[in-house]
Amino acid sequence: MAAVQISLPLPVLPQGWTEEKDFKPIGQLSSATQRNIEPVGPHFLAHARRKRHKRTFSEDERIQAQENVKKIDDDDAGEISEPEDPLMLQRDAKDWKGQDHYAVLGLSKYRYKATESQIKRAHRKKDLRHHPDKKAAAGSSEDDSFFKCIQKATEVLLDPVKRRQFDSVDEAADVEPPSKKQAQKGGFFKLWNPVFVAEGRFSKIQPVPRLGDDNSTKEEVEDFYNFWYNFDSWRSFEYQDEDVPDDNENRDQKRHVERKNNNARKKKKTEDTARLRALVDECLQGDERIKKFKKQERAGKDKRRLDREAAEKKEKEDKIKAAEEQERLRKEAEEASKVERAEGRKAKEAAKNAVKKNKRVLKGSVKDGNYLLPAGQEAGAKRIDEVLNDVEAVMAKIEPEEMALLASKLNGLKVAEEISTVWSEEVKRLVDAGKFKEVDMKVLGK
Amino acid sequence: MGAQEEGEEVPHEINAIGISFGNSNSSIAYTSSEGKAEVIANEEGDRYIPSILSYIEGEEYHGTQAKSQLVRNSQNTVAYFRDYLGKDFDSIDPTPCHASAHPKKHESTVAFSIQDTESDSQNDVTVSEITTRHIRRLASSASDYLGKKVNAAVISVPTNFTEAQKEAMTKASQAAGVQLLQMISEPTAAVLAYDARSDAEIKDKIIVVADFGGTRSDIGVIASRGGMYSILSTSHDYETAGAQLDQLLIDHFAKEFIKKNKTDPRQKPKSLAKLKLEAEATKKALSLGGNASLSIESLADGVDFASTINRTRYEMLAAKIFGSLTRMIEDTVRKADLDILDVDEVILSGGTSHTPRISQNLQRLFSPKTRILSPSTLPTAIDPSSLAARGAAIQASLISEFDKEDIEQSTHPMVTVTPHLRNAIGVMVVSDDTKKGLFTALVEKETAVPCRRAGIFAAPREGGDVMVKVCEGARDIKVTKKEKAKTNGKAASDDSDLDSDDEEDEEEIREKIWKVGTVLAEAAIKGVKKGGKVEVTVHVGADLGVVVTAREVGAKGGVRGNLDKPRLVENGSA
Ligand SMILES: Nc1ncnc2c1ncn2[C@@H]1O[C@H](COP(=O)(O)OP(=O)(O)OP(=O)(O)O)[C@@H](O)[C@H]1O
Ligand SMILES: [Mg+2]
Repeated sequence: MAAVQISLPLPVLPQGWTEEKDFKPIGQLSSATQRNIEPVGPHFLAHARRKRHKRTFSEDERIQAQENVKKIDDDDAGEISEPEDPLMLQRDAKDWKGQDHYAVLGLSKYRYKATESQIKRAHRKKDLRHHPDKKAAAGSSEDDSFFKCIQKATEVLLDPVKRRQFDSVDEAADVEPPSKKQAQKGGFFKLWNPVFVAEGRFSKIQPVPRLGDDNSTKEEVEDFYNFWYNFDSWRSFEYQDEDVPDDNENRDQKRHVERKNNNARKKKKTEDTARLRALVDECLQGDERIKKFKKQERAGKDKRRLDREAAEKKEKEDKIKAAEEQERLRKEAEEASKVERAEGRKAKEAAKNAVKKNKRVLKGSVKDGNYLLPAGQEAGAKRIDEVLNDVEAVMAKIEPEEMALLASKLNGLKVAEEISTVWSEEVKRLVDAGKFKEVDMKVLGK
Repeated sequence: MGAQEEGEEVPHEINAIGISFGNSNSSIAYTSSEGKAEVIANEEGDRYIPSILSYIEGEEYHGTQAKSQLVRNSQNTVAYFRDYLGKDFDSIDPTPCHASAHPKKHESTVAFSIQDTESDSQNDVTVSEITTRHIRRLASSASDYLGKKVNAAVISVPTNFTEAQKEAMTKASQAAGVQLLQMISEPTAAVLAYDARSDAEIKDKIIVVADFGGTRSDIGVIASRGGMYSILSTSHDYETAGAQLDQLLIDHFAKEFIKKNKTDPRQKPKSLAKLKLEAEATKKALSLGGNASLSIESLADGVDFASTINRTRYEMLAAKIFGSLTRMIEDTVRKADLDILDVDEVILSGGTSHTPRISQNLQRLFSPKTRILSPSTLPTAIDPSSLAARGAAIQASLISEFDKEDIEQSTHPMVTVTPHLRNAIGVMVVSDDTKKGLFTALVEKETAVPCRRAGIFAAPREGGDVMVKVCEGARDIKVTKKEKAKTNGKAASDDSDLDSDDEEDEEEIREKIWKVGTVLAEAAIKGVKKGGKVEVTVHVGADLGVVVTAREVGAKGGVRGNLDKPRLVENGSA
């Protein structure tokens, strides 16, 4: 065949891709299916020529080659086989409404699940077996009643509308809900699941949620019951209608039967809805999961309440505590400031005392130093005044600490010179610091 | 290759034709010197010859003449017998023969009890003998037309024809003086009829052949790969075909008759036979026009009957049957593990396929890309009633030179049974909307090996070094849901087939995408020039080993590499 043209481009070679001879084998083909090629047409004949290549194939090879070939045609007889109930074979087709159409076709175990092609094949199989023309040809004068049953069954089952009508009342497909006794023995899911699978056949919405098991989540279980409590069913009951007389004479009678039928259908539909509801109720009642979820929920609720109460209590306590704490802090602060105040007072007093004391030392020192006169020289009143004035002046200019320092220097000194030196130094320091001028001193520092 | 003589006394020239042999109708065809298949009309001018034989005082009537005998001479008229050939009585369905000679058990086969000679005696004539007589008549018509003695044929048969049936067919044909060169399956014959047209292009495609006949409907899904055909799935339905459509019209007109005349013409065999013939004619007329009339002299109780019906009414009556045919096609596609979107062509074959509504329904079922080959959807379509005969004639011309041994060996399972790929093989290309790259199939799945396919790929615009990445790919269906625009009121009233009434508000958009599978190999083509192209060839050997070659078109050299065959080749029991 000619090469096809592809307009989309090949990708750029990735950076660093290298391979010997520029080819990298990676995988292998997945397996293949053995099939027959049709031995038809010029291309096949060319293929055959190549494949034979002067060889002759044997009968054995024929069998061997055919062994694994995928089959494409089903056997007409099909896989559907079911023994025929002799009583069923006696049925009268006139009573077709009473027959089990699936059993007639040998599809009892498939029922509403039978596919269209299954029905067709089943029909053909029965057809081949029971055809009246065959029986007549075989010289048997058996009536063709069962053949008619087969035809009727096929007619009903291959017509989607009629099939639904029949499936609606096909009790053989029903699965009875477990009795109380059975239910008590346990096996809830095993007992109920088939019931809902069977009921599910009437659902307009497919697929239908499954009952699930112990591990189903609350959501799944809720979905399940919601689905079944809001079940949208196509089930209808016209199949059980009373025959409407089709002669034109008795029109009233006809209308009467029709009305009766209509009412009966409605009634049955209502009953069916109620039946299903009751069934779901019953299942729900026995569903331990509901109790489990309730319990979990209740436990959850209680816990929430306790939690809430605890929280409230804690909140209250916290409030009280907080208030107490605040009070405590306030008191503490108060206390502290009291102490502080007291201590401040003390310190002040102490400082005052110290100042007083130091002042005494300072004043005393000049007295001890004979008012800074050489020993033996008597200080006159004037001298005393002058020196004391100087001392006063210095004391007025210096801070308590300086005073304390000065006092400590002077403390214990007895010799006038030494005392005088200390004072001179002090005065000098003060003059240097610009606190006052030398001229302000009469004696000290001179 | 010449005709082998091997000491046989007659050095015969082989004159082979194609025959389609249905339960309802047969056709004969030959291949002209230009290689064109032509259907032959018999002496009555019929191209569709009813497969019916009727006997009156020892005289044999065939085809249309025999068919008209179903009214007056039904007991000596043999019809709808093809499927009984090579079967035992227990496994046949006698339904179609209800209004003609009944089949009966005869030793291990089936026979008809008829007065086929001048004497009054009833003879048991086996279905084999009837077949021989039928083929003899067909061959004789062909000989008359071609002006030379036809002595060989290819006959088309259903895909589920058993070995026993084939053997019986061979013998019956032989007894008619017609050497049966080969039996080919009906759907394949139909495909070949199309592929043999001079303008046909050999492409890999999936074809559905829908053969809607008189007593049966058969579907075949065929992978056409390089002009070779593999049937992937089939189905057969004996309840939904032309006869059931006739029945609808019979019932329709019978009811009308009853209304006026109070008698049911269906209760009287002769009346029913008349009604059936006319109903069929009316049905055929409805394939052409919007209206058809029916007129029967002395239908029942000496009362004439005339009526008309329009196509719309007929299509309403037949909606269920049409719907069932459509579903049958869907089922068969599914059976082949394919999706509706995988189907490239639908060939409508068989007489019932003339019905416009059937192909219209298929147009709706398939994607607009799928070609529906039928008279009402494609002006160039081949007459569906003639497809099988044409295909058989083409095959006859291809093998008429072969000797028996040669044909036997060519059709031997050692030749025909072949591994078919499970996945497509392709190459990754770059596309704007995917970062990961896009798979482009070179070899489609269900291709028989050995096979070789090539593709010429664009390179990046600037050229340079390119990568050839060969992978397996599997087709996937991507479904996207789209809110459907709410339309007011109901769909158009011609929407007569059985669409479900509880349609959803969402519309599903389905498209085919590729899922990249196993990476098989990587190769580099270096220094591709600006605007250059790269040719990649994948060759799969009979043992499923693969050879990949890639080269720049017009340049020397290139890359070539091998992949080992897989360890095991699974059989078809998947
Ligand atoms: N133009 C037409 N329109 C509609 N139906 C037609 C037309 N032509 C033929 N038929 C119907 O096609 C059927 C015959 O089809 P065909 O010739 O393919 O049958 P066959 O293959 O011989 O039959 P069988 O399925 O019984 O083996 C008949 O039911 C006939 O009425
Ligand atoms: Mg046919």
